[in-house]
Amino acid sequence: MTAMPDAMFTSEPDLLFDAARDGPDGLRTEEMLINMGPQHPSTHGVLRVLLRTDGEMVVEAVPHIGYLHRCAEKIGENLQPYQFIPKTDRMDYLAAMNNNHVFSLAVERLLGVEVPERAAYIRVIMAELNRIASHLVAFGTYGLDMGAFTAVLYAFREREYILDLFEAACGARLTYSYITIGGVTFDLPERFIERLAEFLDYFEPKIDEYDRLLSYNHIFVKRTAGVGVISAEDAIAWGLTGPCLRASGVRWDLRRCLPYEIYDRFEFDIPVGRPGGGGIPRGVVVGDCWNRYFVRMQEMRESVRILRQCIAAIPAGEVRAKVPKNVRLPADEVYFEGENPRGQLGFLVVGDGSPIPWRVKARGPCFCNLSITSHVCRGVLLADVPAIIGSIDIVLGEVDR
Amino acid sequence: MTPEEVASLIGSAFPDAVVDAPMNTLHPAVGVVPDRWREVALFLRDDPRLRFNLLRCLSGVDRIAEGRIELVYDLMSLRPAGDGRPWSCGAVAAVRIGVPRDGGSLPSVADVWPAAEWHEREVYDLLGVSFDGHPDLRRILCPDDWVGHPLRKDYVFPVEYHGIPGSTEFGQRSPRH
Amino acid sequence: MTEFTAQDVIRPRWSPALRARAIRRFMLAGLIIMIGTGVAAVCLEIFGRSLSPLWLTVGIVLPSVLAFGALFVVFAITAHALLGRLLKRLAFVLFIGSLAGIVLTAWGASLLFGLVDRIVAARPDPIAQTIFGGELTTDEIVRFFAATPEDPKALEAPPALEFVAYLLWPWQFRLLRDLVLALVILGFVSVTASFAIWWERKVAGRIQSRLGPMRVGGWHGWAQGIADGLKLVQKEDIVPGRADGPVFRLAPYLVFIPVLTAFLALPFSDRWVLRDLEVGLVLVLGLLGIDVIGVILAGWASHNKWSMYGALRVAAQMVSYEIPMGMALLLPVMAAGTLRPGAIGALQSGGFHTWLAFCSPFLFAAAGVYFVASLAACKRAPFDLPEAESELTGGFHTEYSGFRWAVFFFGEYAAMFVVCGLAVLLFLGAWHSPLPASWGESLAGGSWWQRGLYALLFSGPAWFIAKTYALLFVHIWLRWTLPRIRIDQVMYACVQVMLPMTMLLLLGQMFWQLLVPPDGITARAANIVCTLAGAAIVAAFVGTAGWGYLNRRRLVGPLAVNHLPGS
Repeated sequence: MTAMPDAMFTSEPDLLFDAARDGPDGLRTEEMLINMGPQHPSTHGVLRVLLRTDGEMVVEAVPHIGYLHRCAEKIGENLQPYQFIPKTDRMDYLAAMNNNHVFSLAVERLLGVEVPERAAYIRVIMAELNRIASHLVAFGTYGLDMGAFTAVLYAFREREYILDLFEAACGARLTYSYITIGGVTFDLPERFIERLAEFLDYFEPKIDEYDRLLSYNHIFVKRTAGVGVISAEDAIAWGLTGPCLRASGVRWDLRRCLPYEIYDRFEFDIPVGRPGGGGIPRGVVVGDCWNRYFVRMQEMRESVRILRQCIAAIPAGEVRAKVPKNVRLPADEVYFEGENPRGQLGFLVVGDGSPIPWRVKARGPCFCNLSITSHVCRGVLLADVPAIIGSIDIVLGEVDR
Repeated sequence: MTPEEVASLIGSAFPDAVVDAPMNTLHPAVGVVPDRWREVALFLRDDPRLRFNLLRCLSGVDRIAEGRIELVYDLMSLRPAGDGRPWSCGAVAAVRIGVPRDGGSLPSVADVWPAAEWHEREVYDLLGVSFDGHPDLRRILCPDDWVGHPLRKDYVFPVEYHGIPGSTEFGQRSPRH
Repeated sequence: MTEFTAQDVIRPRWSPALRARAIRRFMLAGLIIMIGTGVAAVCLEIFGRSLSPLWLTVGIVLPSVLAFGALFVVFAITAHALLGRLLKRLAFVLFIGSLAGIVLTAWGASLLFGLVDRIVAARPDPIAQTIFGGELTTDEIVRFFAATPEDPKALEAPPALEFVAYLLWPWQFRLLRDLVLALVILGFVSVTASFAIWWERKVAGRIQSRLGPMRVGGWHGWAQGIADGLKLVQKEDIVPGRADGPVFRLAPYLVFIPVLTAFLALPFSDRWVLRDLEVGLVLVLGLLGIDVIGVILAGWASHNKWSMYGALRVAAQMVSYEIPMGMALLLPVMAAGTLRPGAIGALQSGGFHTWLAFCSPFLFAAAGVYFVASLAACKRAPFDLPEAESELTGGFHTEYSGFRWAVFFFGEYAAMFVVCGLAVLLFLGAWHSPLPASWGESLAGGSWWQRGLYALLFSGPAWFIAKTYALLFVHIWLRWTLPRIRIDQVMYACVQVMLPMTMLLLLGQMFWQLLVPPDGITARAANIVCTLAGAAIVAAFVGTAGWGYLNRRRLVGPLAVNHLPGS
């Protein structure tokens, strides 16, 4: 590869749009427009990224979304809140419990409903289990993006057990609609807590195994360290949240910083991105792909910690507050954000005195996280584009809603 | 910092930019005149007392009875803490701007908060509010040749799109249960 | 080619009625041919008392073969469902049979050619020439068998002997002999590829804590490779609309045929080699280089930008890695002083410590360099950038499907076998076992079972294939463990690390051979150290794999094996 002058990648946009120009050695070079997606193995769904490439270099990457748009917000304006909960499952389908949770919390705030103690614990258990499941998929598919095929099967093996637990609790394996307004739909089945403890004992050492397999793998580190670096300022400015924000060194987690539900009762840390050295591979920078990946690995450990505390403290009692099915929403509005595996999921629910909300707005974390793509994928290699998009860990169901 | 304090700060800096908005709700928001929004946004971001660096959400609400579309900007200010401690939330605030339904527009803040770029495109796409000075104001979720803005309350569902038959539940043109 | 429309899905062109008609026609044709043959045979018996073998061949043997072929096709069409079930039962027999067939064909062919050679040598009139520049006439063959020392022409040859003579006659031509041997190699490559496909999937399954193929053929899905091949062959033949048709069709064969040709000079043992050429190594390297052209053409002709990326990556990567690969090969060539594969192999017969990789520290390092370069030259992970599916959606073969895609993969597995075979030949003792061949010399010249024992214990094709497969396993192992490298890192590793390294190794080996006396204390010490290191590496690999296999249930943890708490 010949070295390209830096000016080629940082110059004026109109210069970048020139189809052909004279290269450094008097060679006539031509840029190529190429569609990555909507059907592409590493766009994690139906994302289309329009790449303008100069050889192996990506000059510009423009994401095009909307292939999965179902206008869930319009549906939300036509359904009662409890009817909308299954629709939230279909947004971030890898973290459906968390979506149910956040939407229920938003509506509960609007209605002023208090959730019973046991229900709150069950919600936290489900949310954290689903966080682990979601991060497992992120870990596995990121390995796949990097060409390491084995990680994904390990991840799905463990996720399978979590899905079994969910199935035991609510009968569904992907779209649960388990957490609902006022609590949860059913109490936990028999032996659920024992099985959960069994799973945690099994799962915790596995994270070390993943670290040995992938996180500290020399090639993996070479592929991800220092790639797609997002500074803390950029991350905040582009509205990044969740692991993507924390990887940039911002120690910000709604569960700790603005606790909701019963998260203030638990002891856990907020993992953030760290520079290389002291156990972290050399070459790693704060805010790069490796840190975004590794923050998720550490968050799984923290979730295990929270789950263990839940197991120790879960009380007996009611699992659902008395909320009438046909409750009229007050003529008020509420905006509530909760910490999802991929970032802060927000719901704006506007009531108008009828049982059906006037407006439901979902602020998807993936939507905001993805918007930084074209900023980061500039002057990177073609192989870095899957690395960056994979490390942002999007679910197109939520981007397009 | 409470929303009232944020409102009074903006009010003292831009006396003619703030309009009255109810503050005793679950989602208190400062009312701002559309024309002055850009200056207010810069003030919100750069004023050392406020420093709203995170645009959390931009929602559009179609208030069809009042003939306007209400835009709600949810802002948050993240403040770094010392080593190893979680960052703190300096302030949470919302800004409410009403624009007319027909041909309404307001200045874009995509250069103030880059996060607004896609949010504004979404509002443009689904509610038909245009943003002046937006770098790339195209539809984002709907196809480029889509007709109408789906989240408007008087939106009529298309019966057909490029030969794909469209139907709603019970065949209603404008469903409302 | 006709257009494929939705109507064909609803009512396929190859309808049951059509099939029945085809069957009737085939049966009629077969019947006519058989009756015709019978009539011809009777006529010949009546009118021509002297039954010429030529007539015998043309009049009886050929029509019969055709008739039976037609009958077989009819049977296959009518009973393809039945065949499928039969195949499931018989497939293992077929698999073993094809292996045995390959070996027997090779063995039988060598016997046959030996016989023909003896006839040629024994012929009384060396000047006589037949057509096509042949040296033998059928008469001479008949005389060779029928002759008595007293009077060569005393006996009248029986017709059967004459028939045999006609069958033997063509084998005096080298071209025909090579055709048979090429078929043997094709068979070997096919079996290797279909075995390697199954093996790869099986190993991948084990590594990924699952089972891999378990269905086809019964025992551990061993027939998966054959089933994959059958599936690919019957798939629709797709050429993208704006692709460069002829080039698109040609490219897979440009990949496959050079690799196949490389087997020409690859010695499976001292006698099991098609041509032990003086420049055998150069030939193999050159043929592996042609591979690249096919891949580039495939990527270019597909009319797909991702394919073109794959093609350009191939051009950059494979061509670059052939340099360190070739330079690493120069070291054993220097040590052996010859390019003839057979001679290099024969040099390493003295047991484990005489294998070339352990002869000097430079050769030891070169073996490692060669292995890495061979991974890259075969486009295997972690160097599988040309087909990186997470980046290029399949790279150069994005647009390929069905049979042509299968040809690409046959080519890839065959190339893997060739490069691993080269490593075995040049560094790891070729066809010799770790035991010194001299220990078994008494067996080598003994009866057939002694010779068999010698082949199993000391040297022979079995050792060559086993060692090559062991290296193949390492290829597979790496693929399912390591992530993929980025293109700039690939090129960096080649140009800035491996190329200077091989140059230094080459220089080092040169000075080693110049300055270090072969029987001196330095050479012996180096030999011992390298041998121990090599033994340790082999032991570590085998130990890791074996330990992992034996503890495969314990290692994954209790819940992964006994899953499903709810059930």
